[in-house]
Amino acid sequence: MGLFPTTTKKVSIALLGVMALLLPFSALPLFGFLGDAGWMVMINRALIYAIAALGLNLLVGVAGQISLGHAFFMAVGAYTAVVLGGEAGRTVWGLGLPIWIWLPAAGVVAALVGILIAPTAVRVRGLYLAFVTLGLVFIGLFLWRNLGKVAGGPTTGRPWPKLEFALWRGMDPIVSFATDGPLWWWLTPINWLPWVHIEEMSRHAKTYFFVLVFVIVFALIAKNVMRTRVGRSWAAIRDRDIAAEVMGVAEAKGKTQAFAISSFYAGVAGAILASVVGRMIPESWNLFLSIEFVVIILIGGAGTIAGVFMGTFFVVLTPRLVEDATHWLATQVSEDGSFAWLGNLFIRSSPDDFIGIVSLEAAGPGLSIYQLNVVLFGVLIIVFLIVEPLGIYGIWIKVRNYWKGWPFTY
Amino acid sequence: MVVVSVPLVEFEDVSLSFKGVRALSKVSFSVGDDELFAVIGPNGAGKTSAFNCLNGVYRPQEGDIRWRGDSILGMRPDRVAALGIARTFQNIELFAHMTVLENITLGRHIRTEVGWFAGGLWLGKAKREEMANREKVEDIIDLLEIEAWRVYPVGMLPYGIQKRVELGRALAMEPELLLLDEPVAGMNLEETEDMARFILDIREELGISMILVEHDMGLVMDIADRVMVLDFGEVIATGPPDAIQSDPNVIKAYLGEELDV
Repeated sequence: MGLFPTTTKKVSIALLGVMALLLPFSALPLFGFLGDAGWMVMINRALIYAIAALGLNLLVGVAGQISLGHAFFMAVGAYTAVVLGGEAGRTVWGLGLPIWIWLPAAGVVAALVGILIAPTAVRVRGLYLAFVTLGLVFIGLFLWRNLGKVAGGPTTGRPWPKLEFALWRGMDPIVSFATDGPLWWWLTPINWLPWVHIEEMSRHAKTYFFVLVFVIVFALIAKNVMRTRVGRSWAAIRDRDIAAEVMGVAEAKGKTQAFAISSFYAGVAGAILASVVGRMIPESWNLFLSIEFVVIILIGGAGTIAGVFMGTFFVVLTPRLVEDATHWLATQVSEDGSFAWLGNLFIRSSPDDFIGIVSLEAAGPGLSIYQLNVVLFGVLIIVFLIVEPLGIYGIWIKVRNYWKGWPFTY
Repeated sequence: MVVVSVPLVEFEDVSLSFKGVRALSKVSFSVGDDELFAVIGPNGAGKTSAFNCLNGVYRPQEGDIRWRGDSILGMRPDRVAALGIARTFQNIELFAHMTVLENITLGRHIRTEVGWFAGGLWLGKAKREEMANREKVEDIIDLLEIEAWRVYPVGMLPYGIQKRVELGRALAMEPELLLLDEPVAGMNLEETEDMARFILDIREELGISMILVEHDMGLVMDIADRVMVLDFGEVIATGPPDAIQSDPNVIKAYLGEELDV
């Protein structure tokens, strides 16, 4: 199968590409606000999550091996990066090597750890595999808490190397994706479009482009693996493992490959995430992070690249939307707007107010917005599992097929 | 009877038991090049178990299984497949979420070699291989007359078509030996005739040796060169179809004995 087999797909992917390029310049009509720093931070996080989710999708969605250990492999990548690229201190190790060493190494080391663990993981399947990989997360947390030289203090963590491209340690960076200013000095004079200001890009916009390139390359690789020999053998193992073996697929080898490649994605994503956030504590790589990725795959639609992106953006951006919506309702109440009644129903303003769910004050009587988001998460997982196991991608296919046949039902 | 010097497949006193149940006891037979060898017997006689032993899914406790004279006992199923032994299953074992195209293309696994790296980067090698795969797969789709179902996930297809797709997947392996486990089970007369035609076409055009397990006696007696009859894991007769039909042991196994009351 071709990558983008139909004209519609070619056109829509080109449109998406143009939109992705214009986004950080606040140049999208109607969606210009996405270029604001707050939104860019969220979008960058979503893109980094997408890299890890693409990897987990290969393992869970394509090869059918349920894994809760993704956070562990992200941590392995992140700590490889910080040991190789971070600055040495009195209490921490760091070699200060440049990004072109620490970033690939983050992926490779995570993949090697994946291969190391694979012999245990290929022997079990389903729920048992979920437990084995769950164990990894806890072993990981124990290690990061106790390996102070690697992970820094348990409550303070340590700073990560920045997304800066230097030739060797101690040299000035040639390109920095972590500071405001022009992207490349030789691009500065180019100001070809009136609303594109390449000479005054924020660091968020620069990080965005850096991550975007990785997302595109990793998505293409994932898609290519899926449509060639190895991806097919993974899908065969997922659907019927014994039949796959009788057809000549080496099951253990296939699963090991899936683990290794998925861990590579996780390692790179973990390293970039830590670098962009700047400082991570050991507790960040906990089970909840793993579960977020499983949720992304579930909500987006397992086994499809488009589903991964839909799931990632949904999971990362929904909390922000919920927050914005709640604040908007609060202003409606205070300004007595036309939706004030809804705000009164939704927001619990004092302990005497028995109607309402969310409270905006830190120690208010209701749920905090963060807690509301966690509850929503849980509800959404249940709803999707029952109503639409194919995820958002499945909904999209249904809508598309409906309009393909319209006005007939089929 | 076809006389061959080194048989393609040889079972020598193969015995398989699960705890107390003896599935096969001292089963011996051999299949030559270009032969269509049928295995029949009542339910539970050990026909499918014999296939599973040959495939490497089960490991018999006694005896030896040889492929072109070399023992393949204890080989993993994927290594056995790589020798050129393909198989269809009694209860369809297709990959339900993959399309017809993908299912049949998977059969190309042992005849292709592109790994994750070349595949992931879509290097020239990967592209050429996919193109060649597609051509072979289209030939098989053409042969089995399943063009119309190409892009559907196989889980959605009718039973008879699924059986054909499974045959196609096995053919994509370009096997030297094809194991057919009840290819017409549950089919109506028309579908059975279609399948018989496909089996004969495959023999004629591709020259693949076959071992056929089947309950449809009409089909077996029409197309098989030699027939082996199993009953309770033991071989009770082996020979050409006419001889088998009149063999008293076979009649006894199928119809039972007359008792003086």
